[in-house]
Amino acid sequence: MTRPRAAAVPAPPVPLSGTSADQVPRRRRRPVGVYLLLIPATVAMVVGLGYPLARQLVISFQKYGLAQQFGRPAQWVGLNNYTKLLTDPYVWGVIARSIAFCLVNAVVTMAIGMALAVLMAKVGRAARITLQVGMLLAWGTPVLATMTVWQWLFDSQYGVVNWVLAEPLGMDGMRYHSWLIQPMSFYFVATVIVVWMSVPFVVFTVFAGLLQVPEETMEAAELDGAGGWQRFWLITVPMVKPVLFVVGLLQVIWDLRVFTQIYVLQRAGAPTRETHLLGTYIYSLAKEFSMAGAMATIMLVLTLALTGFYIRRMLREEEL
Amino acid sequence: MNRVGRWLLGALAVVIALAWSFPIYWMVSSAFLPTNQMRTPTPTFFPTHGTLSNFRRVLADPTFVASFRVSLAVTGLSVVASILFAFVAALAVSRFRFRGRKGFIVAILVVQMIPAEGLFISQYQMLDSWRLVNSVLGLTIVYVAAILPFTIWMLRGFVSGVPIELEEAGMVDGLSRTGAFFRITFPLLAPGLVAAGVYGFLQAWNEYTLALVVMTDPARRTLPLWLQGLVEADRATDWGVVMAGATLIAVPVILFFLVVQNRMTSGLVAGAVKG
Repeated sequence: MTRPRAAAVPAPPVPLSGTSADQVPRRRRRPVGVYLLLIPATVAMVVGLGYPLARQLVISFQKYGLAQQFGRPAQWVGLNNYTKLLTDPYVWGVIARSIAFCLVNAVVTMAIGMALAVLMAKVGRAARITLQVGMLLAWGTPVLATMTVWQWLFDSQYGVVNWVLAEPLGMDGMRYHSWLIQPMSFYFVATVIVVWMSVPFVVFTVFAGLLQVPEETMEAAELDGAGGWQRFWLITVPMVKPVLFVVGLLQVIWDLRVFTQIYVLQRAGAPTRETHLLGTYIYSLAKEFSMAGAMATIMLVLTLALTGFYIRRMLREEEL
Repeated sequence: MNRVGRWLLGALAVVIALAWSFPIYWMVSSAFLPTNQMRTPTPTFFPTHGTLSNFRRVLADPTFVASFRVSLAVTGLSVVASILFAFVAALAVSRFRFRGRKGFIVAILVVQMIPAEGLFISQYQMLDSWRLVNSVLGLTIVYVAAILPFTIWMLRGFVSGVPIELEEAGMVDGLSRTGAFFRITFPLLAPGLVAAGVYGFLQAWNEYTLALVVMTDPARRTLPLWLQGLVEADRATDWGVVMAGATLIAVPVILFFLVVQNRMTSGLVAGAVKG
């Protein structure tokens, strides 16, 4: 522990009696009081997240439906709900689609985000600020507000996207194209929206990381004869790696649990069964509580499986 | 880099910025268009003959006003509660060493991995059993739990950034412990608290999924639910009104956001690298 700098100041003699305890760094004092500080946050998280999580786990091993909702005791059924779900090829389809959607979105977001962050660092002041404002607009707008715009942009009759494709680009077949009917085209639209929304966060965070690379190191490397690419790959990338790590992890987590965008697009007129991802599928199971609980638990395990490696590495590398 | 290359990169950046903000421009621009001008084969790119009638219709809509109230109450409560709770917790983990400290920090990290999109059914059941469905308090409970982990994480970075020696120096100069804290550390933390508050505000104001599950009564809708309800209400959506509603919801948020985003990203980076 660092010695308090103030103690080294020789100046006025401090009255020692009584107040000397106050000179001891506060972190040593009153261990019980510290726990009091943690109580509000802990209680709030246990009530809002911990208890529902525990309840969901319990219910996933029970037969719990509408009848139980009205007071009938629930019956334990062991792994029944899980086996029922995991032997259903449709469920595997949902899981596979979710993982594919998550990975594609995370990779595309990271690639574009990193490229734009580097671009931001390279251009002059005016161009940089323009780019920052553009990104901020996309980032700061409430999700639902942007979702309504995207629905309007991709509207089959009066949407701008179809107009651009049909008129200036001359693709006549696209004039009244419905984007959401085919699952692949549905996922394409969803990817465009999710990437558009997620990229700004990556850009700003990576850009902040890039700013932390010391100028001197770059100059030294330049003097030693390193070219632009070499400097980028051998100095910049390793130095911003921790930031890339955190951001990448967050992208995977967020894209795996994507709900709002998919749900809203489904409501805009897509076949729901063919376009479900994990979040919307669980929502569609809502009336069968046990099934929804089991499915949610599967989703949690999946998240941990996809990110566990990441988290372990982060905990190891970081000093908490 | 030579000048031409630099200029080209700058131009590229500007083009990307324009393309990226086009949907937002489109939202605002369409909000000023009368309905008959939106249903034309060629889109109107500049609302030269704009009208405020869409905005008037939104503001005169009692369901908008009701939703605005609900959103305001939930957001206000969530922000106040999460800042208070997160602040004292961040103080504990960054100013004291104690048994379980590391466990708490790991828990904060892991909690953020829990997919809330899987939890909402049992959150709904919990609130239902407490008669808190369709209530501001119920929605606030789940919001605060969702906002807290990141807020604690962020504030922890800010608190660690204020050297404890400053406070101790104040105490040597005759301030009490509490006095030193409020007169020295607290003012230095103010930007961090503002950033944390704005983060909470944005989360609660923009949240859709949990509101969808908890606020099933149309009279208790938050603004995002109200907006999506507008799209789904008629067979033919009146996009002008929807865009005006979206603009009204978005503009305060965007302004807020422009002011503080810098601190938010630096707070995240700080939280990620500081001990």
